[in-house]
This record gives sequence, C-alpha cells and structure tokens, in this order.
Amino acid sequence: MAVRVQEADFDLGTEVARLTSGNTSIGALVTFTGLVRDLGGADAISALELEHYPAMTAAALERIEAEACARWALQESLIIHRYGRLEPGAQIMMVATAAPHRGDAFAAAEFLMDFLKSRAPFWKKEHGADGARWVDARESDEAALNRWT
Amino acid sequence: MRVLYFAWIRERIGLSQEEVSSDAATVADLVAELRAREERYDLAFSDMASVRVAVDQELAGLDAPLDGVREVAFFPPMTGG
Repeated sequence: MAVRVQEADFDLGTEVARLTSGNTSIGALVTFTGLVRDLGGADAISALELEHYPAMTAAALERIEAEACARWALQESLIIHRYGRLEPGAQIMMVATAAPHRGDAFAAAEFLMDFLKSRAPFWKKEHGADGARWVDARESDEAALNRWT
Repeated sequence: MRVLYFAWIRERIGLSQEEVSSDAATVADLVAELRAREERYDLAFSDMASVRVAVDQELAGLDAPLDGVREVAFFPPMTGG
C-alpha cells in the first residue's frame, strides 16, 4: 500500500515490477494511467497545470487507498499523482491494484479512480491559445461515488 | 488561524494563504467576516455552492465549528485523477 505525490514523471513498468516483485500469490494486476488530453480544435491546450494542497493531499489519498483495502482483498496497491505543469500526452497519475483474482483488482481500481476524481485535493487549469481556464468538476464524477455507497 | 485559498479562489483573492484573527464560531461565520472585508473576498465567496472547505485538512461543511482550529482551506470542487 503506497501513495506518492510528486512533480516528476514515473515509469509504469518499473512501478509494476516493484509492486509485484517476490509476491507470487498475486494473480491479477490492474493499472490505470491518466494522461493529459488534447482534443485539438477550439479546445486545443498547450499545457495542463495541476495545483494541489500539499498538507492534505497524501493523507487524502492514503484514506481513499485504505478504504479500498478494507473493501477488497488486495495484496498491493499504489497511487502516484503528479502536480505542476504538464504537456499534452504527459502522464498525470496512475493507480495499480494487485489481488489473487481479477474481480477485486478491477473493482478496487475503479473505486480508487472514482474517489480520486472528486475527493483528492487537486485542481486542473488548462492553458490554450485563448488563455487559461480552470477545469470544472463534472456532476457525473460526483454521481459516480454513489455506486460505492 | 491560517486560511488557505486554492485555484480560482486563490486567484480572485490574490493570496494563497494568510493569518486571520477571528472569533468566528463556524466556517460560515468566517466566510461572512471575509466577505465583509473587501470586494475581492466578496466576489470569491459569492457562490458558496461552488466552494469546498477543509478544516485542519479534513473536508468539512460550512457549519463546521472553528474552536481550536489551526487551518481552514477554501477551494473549488476537486478535479483529481
């Protein structure tokens, strides 16, 4: 179980190898990676800036991770979330969940993502040709939490 | 107590944090005090439906008490992931 909040990029392969190393009882590993999306056209962006609440971020992520571990039989989990100014295509964050069976690993990864979206203290600002704008939270992200209650 | 502002709330107020001496009993009282200070605060807190609050780094409601609290943070709905 680990959480990292960092400006630096990460390497998915390295992280996954470290997570599963020496534990042959893991039968299922699920990973999700979020990337900076640029749809081009009128919405084209040149950069995504991620602000966070340093004193709160790691604790908030650890709480979400602990909740996932309490709900599903996970052997390992990892959340890495970056902050700072990122270019289109850059990796923003990743989650990895490892369990004996895939059902738990898939469900826990979805749970982590749903809660990261609206309960982790990050704010995104898109920089484009017409200036910068803060990304609004989506109602669908808030609604996604309801399926876990 | 220390008061922190993030994202567009930080930009509207023009500060990321400040020390505030206040006898406000709740977060809502603190917001009312801040709004009465200057227009930039009033603007930042004009739509409380789009403001979230953390008290000592825990998410809290506007009715959260401030007795003994060291840090209050105001920010828009979070957009992690």
